[in-house]
Amino acid sequence: MSLHDRYDVIVVGAGHAGCEAGLAAAKMGKRTAVLTLSLDNVALLPCNPSIGGSGKAALVREVDALGGEMGKNCDATLMQGRMLNTRKGPAVQSLRVQLDRKLYQRRMKYVLETTPNLFLKEGLVTRLLVENGHAAGVKLQDGTTLYSDVVILATGTYLDSEIHIGEVRYSGAPQGQRPSIDLARNLRDLLPIVRFKTGTPPRVNLRSLDYSKLSKLEGESPLEGFSFETGSIEIEQVPCWVTYTTEETHKIIRDNLHRAAMYSGAITGPGPRYCPSIESKIVQFPDKTSHQVFIEPEGWQTNEGYLSGLSTSMPTELQVEILRTVPGLENAEIMRWAYAIEYDCLDPFSLYSSLMTKEIAGLFCAGQINGTSGYEEAAAQGIIAGINAVKYLNGEDPVIIPRSQAYIGVMIDDLVTKGTNEPYRIMTSRAEHRLYLRMDNADARLTPLGYELGLISEERYAAFQKKQEQIELEVKRLKETPVGGDTETNIILRRLGTAELRHGVTLAELLRRPEISYAHLGELGELPELPENVRKSVEILVKYEGYLKKQEAAIERFEKMEAKLLPENVDYAGIKGLSREAAERLNMVKPRSLGQAARISGVTPADVNVLIIFLETQKRGGSVDE
Amino acid sequence: MTEQTIAAIATAVGEAGIGIVRLSGKEAFDIAEKMFVTKRGDSPKSLPGYSARYGRVVDPYQGRTIDEAILLVMRGPYSYTGEDVVEFQCHGGVVVVQKILETALRLGARMAEPGEFTKRAFLNGRLDLSQAEAVIDVVRSRTEESLAVAVDQLEGSLSKRISAIREQLYDLVVRVEAIIDYPEDDIPELEVDEMAEVIRTVIGELERLIATADQGKVLREGLKAVITGKPNVGKSSLLNRLLDEQRALVTDIPGTTRDTIEEVLNLRGIPLRLIDTAGIRESDDVVERLGVERAVQLWGEADLIIHVMDGSVPLSSEDREILARTRDKLRVVVINKSDLPRVWSLDDLDARDLGEAPVVEMSLLEGELTPLVDAVVGLVSKGGIRESTASQAIVTRARHKTALEEAKADLENALETLSMGLPLDLISVGLQGALEHLGEITGETVRENIIDRIFAQFCIGK
Ligand SMILES: Cc1cc2nc3c(=O)[nH]c(=O)nc-3n(C[C@H](O)[C@H](O)[C@H](O)COP(=O)(O)OP(=O)(O)OC[C@H]3O[C@@H](n4cnc5c(N)ncnc54)[C@H](O)[C@@H]3O)c2cc1C
Ligand SMILES: Nc1nc2c(ncn2[C@@H]2O[C@H](COP(=O)(O)OP(=O)(O)OP(=O)(O)O)[C@@H](O)[C@H]2O)c(=O)[nH]1
Ligand SMILES: [Mg+2]
Repeated sequence: MSLHDRYDVIVVGAGHAGCEAGLAAAKMGKRTAVLTLSLDNVALLPCNPSIGGSGKAALVREVDALGGEMGKNCDATLMQGRMLNTRKGPAVQSLRVQLDRKLYQRRMKYVLETTPNLFLKEGLVTRLLVENGHAAGVKLQDGTTLYSDVVILATGTYLDSEIHIGEVRYSGAPQGQRPSIDLARNLRDLLPIVRFKTGTPPRVNLRSLDYSKLSKLEGESPLEGFSFETGSIEIEQVPCWVTYTTEETHKIIRDNLHRAAMYSGAITGPGPRYCPSIESKIVQFPDKTSHQVFIEPEGWQTNEGYLSGLSTSMPTELQVEILRTVPGLENAEIMRWAYAIEYDCLDPFSLYSSLMTKEIAGLFCAGQINGTSGYEEAAAQGIIAGINAVKYLNGEDPVIIPRSQAYIGVMIDDLVTKGTNEPYRIMTSRAEHRLYLRMDNADARLTPLGYELGLISEERYAAFQKKQEQIELEVKRLKETPVGGDTETNIILRRLGTAELRHGVTLAELLRRPEISYAHLGELGELPELPENVRKSVEILVKYEGYLKKQEAAIERFEKMEAKLLPENVDYAGIKGLSREAAERLNMVKPRSLGQAARISGVTPADVNVLIIFLETQKRGGSVDE
Repeated sequence: MTEQTIAAIATAVGEAGIGIVRLSGKEAFDIAEKMFVTKRGDSPKSLPGYSARYGRVVDPYQGRTIDEAILLVMRGPYSYTGEDVVEFQCHGGVVVVQKILETALRLGARMAEPGEFTKRAFLNGRLDLSQAEAVIDVVRSRTEESLAVAVDQLEGSLSKRISAIREQLYDLVVRVEAIIDYPEDDIPELEVDEMAEVIRTVIGELERLIATADQGKVLREGLKAVITGKPNVGKSSLLNRLLDEQRALVTDIPGTTRDTIEEVLNLRGIPLRLIDTAGIRESDDVVERLGVERAVQLWGEADLIIHVMDGSVPLSSEDREILARTRDKLRVVVINKSDLPRVWSLDDLDARDLGEAPVVEMSLLEGELTPLVDAVVGLVSKGGIRESTASQAIVTRARHKTALEEAKADLENALETLSMGLPLDLISVGLQGALEHLGEITGETVRENIIDRIFAQFCIGK
């Protein structure tokens, strides 16, 4: 073995998970190899050319706050962006951007190539080396072997993947790539594997659309980027387009359901409920006479367009017919067929919260291989796997971000605690403390951790601290500055469409009125020169203070249960009083804490009580039996 | 299921009309086989779960019939404890029931510890928290009335009511969440009025449930009835008469009772915690003074006050003061010693202080008790305590009441947030909070339900 073949960390896969994992490990000082099937497909976006949206945007921000790359990569390569949910509240506002697919890949590849300690390589892994229950390296198809004590699998949808287009099925991978079959077989011998499926819509040549029948969706400019480093983005943006399916579309699909791979029985794996194919939408919601279709451009220098909403596993000739019935798409030239893909992934119960597998020490997994779906979900797991791989090598405790602190924590905890029987997607509704898990404060939540880990530069950390300080000072100023009680102020208030003040209040109190924004306060007195994101945070912190305080209290209660740690090596079957199901589940999940145990399905409040009694007897040094 | 088979008398001794002996555990069926002969002649051991047979309980050692009875069998895990369970239900008195139990014990069962059936049920995952607590109530219930409430709750009527309330909330929350999580899917917006209406309806229903909590408490713990009055008026005599035993010392010396005496009593189905107290007067005696203080303090805690006066001696300032100071309470006024000449009339009392309180003139020495009992029962049922017990869901646990109150507070916050024109995600905090609190009563995971329902109800995703 030459030094050449030896790494501290090997990352298999250069998708969104693999890239973040590799970058984190390398930045934390480890000699890291990142392997990919094809160097031309680093950070590929195999489905829609878009990142962000509800819940997902917060994940991107969190990755950025920890020092990850996804946010910056989006900001640098986006073609359009919009803030969604602006009127639905501070916690759920979310950025969604359209990307130039190729630019996205190219920039990310360059970042990997120029990161010290990171070695990006083409090569297909066929086998995982395991010695005495420990990861030891990987074997490649080209005959070489690479050695390391840590392997991170981030192989996405490639494991023994199979493509379905109507009755046609073949072994293949996204974008005409090779599947990874040997590795899949190897993993089946090592870990519990399940089979999931997902699908993607057709791509069309944008010159063939009838734009007179489409409605236009413009982006927002200036736009606040994903990364806390970016600031505001002012570029010329491209529009997206919207149309709707018709009754005729639905009839074709209904009449030909038996030909869709999903319904003919050809596909057995479950698909994601939140990314249904058009056929499942029609079957499940027979009363809906039309479904929305977004047309998203794929890049500045391409004419390909993505038909969001028309994911299907119908045969090719029906795909053509379906488009004929959609206004504006009647003459669309299909460039790539829609397809469904089935692939192997891990049962996430086989993972610890650190993302290390329970069976094989030093083997970490991240991304779609863990049963999730989505670029953002993958990236978020990637950075955690990278961090914990390093922690493992250093013999340190893993970084486990609690549910109360980040969507990353919510997602990983959901996966390892509840498992999933469909590809998992983050949603804001999955979080208990949504008001706290906002886009605007992701840095406050996670940047200190990123800094401590060495993923955030001194410079950025100083900027972060300055921002926090500015926020604090301005909140304080608003709370201490009196306003009102005089006619002059009341004239202004009337103009702003809000009730007059009979006696003085503070600016903070005034800002709490729903109709008053931070900018409005500028009419009553000069506002300090502050960056837009600082103003935004200040506005949220003041306006919603009461709600946030309550959430803080709830978080405190929640974290108490999380702090009640369960011993690591317990055989739950030996604890009297636990139901058998609960004992089995507990043995499978091996929860860290009582809080986590309580979230396991099949563990009832009665079981939790038994666990409390068990902990109590343990503490007193007594035995578990009567 | 390695635990030994346990047996116990499941009905409180001497109270109910039927006696039940219950067995739970691996050998329950074997034991039943040896001590029960069905009328049809089939074997108890072979009976399917949830069936019943009429027949005779026999003592296999002496070959004698103990009593005629109904045998009820339930097979684990589909039984109340999650184990094999048999029950012998008979009409015999205490002696018969005891005999059945002894026979079961001799055949290998072990005497159950108090609450052990419930514990097993709970530990075998057969009961949720609310049910388990209700069962404990069954075990402890002092009267048939409260038994009925407890049984009712056991059957889940509270859970059912709460589920129905929760459904309405779920509908709303699921829409809110779908709108938030799928901003680009065309999900119909929610109108403020529509949301407010649902929230108000739910608050109303919660209020109705919360209002039953006081009744529930009364049924569970008994109505606290405090007997008060100045010394020597016959308070202790009243306690003794109602209990039909010489529980408290009665003398003609004023100040006989110096400490409180508490007894439990079933007054036509109303559980009373009857408390005799020291007579109210100024006193130099330290002990007596403490007793008086205690009595006055009890006025505050009482659900019902029975104020006894002596009609044969002149009214005193104490009489008037007590009457004035207990004005806000549910009260019955007893004018005692009607066998002696009456020296004052009702008109001598301050009508405003007397208020609506029913007045019973009687002689505790020799008169009938019926008018007094009628007055007490009438008062209690007018207070809404009795009527509603029959088949309605009643909140009997303090924990449930708290959860309901918290849910209500959350909804009120949501309503306020809504009326202030604040955004959906803030309204959602209150709505979800309310759901979680209601979930605490039955132990349901709210979050996953919401997500499942979003997908079931809305066509979302690309
Ligand atoms: C058809 C399709 C439809 C999708 N639809 C949706 C959707 O609707 N919504 C949604 O959110 N997400 C969707 N996705 C999922 C999204 O693309 C993925 O979740 C995301 O890309 C996963 O990131 P990842 O890093 O885990 O894996 P990927 O991005 O798939 O990257 C995997 C990497 O592993 C490498 N690799 C694999 N095997 C080997 C090997 N043996 N040796 C070396 N390298 C290997 C590959 O070269 C690649 O670099 C879809 C994906 C596909 C393919
Ligand atoms: N004649 C007559 N005597 C009664 C009646 N009720 C009670 N007494 C007598 O009144 C005396 C006091 O009765 P208690 O019951 O001890 O009175 P009390 O209110 O408990 O007195 P204290 O404990 O001293 O406050 C006793 O001698 C009773 O026998 C009644 O209806 N008629
Ligand atoms: Mg007395």
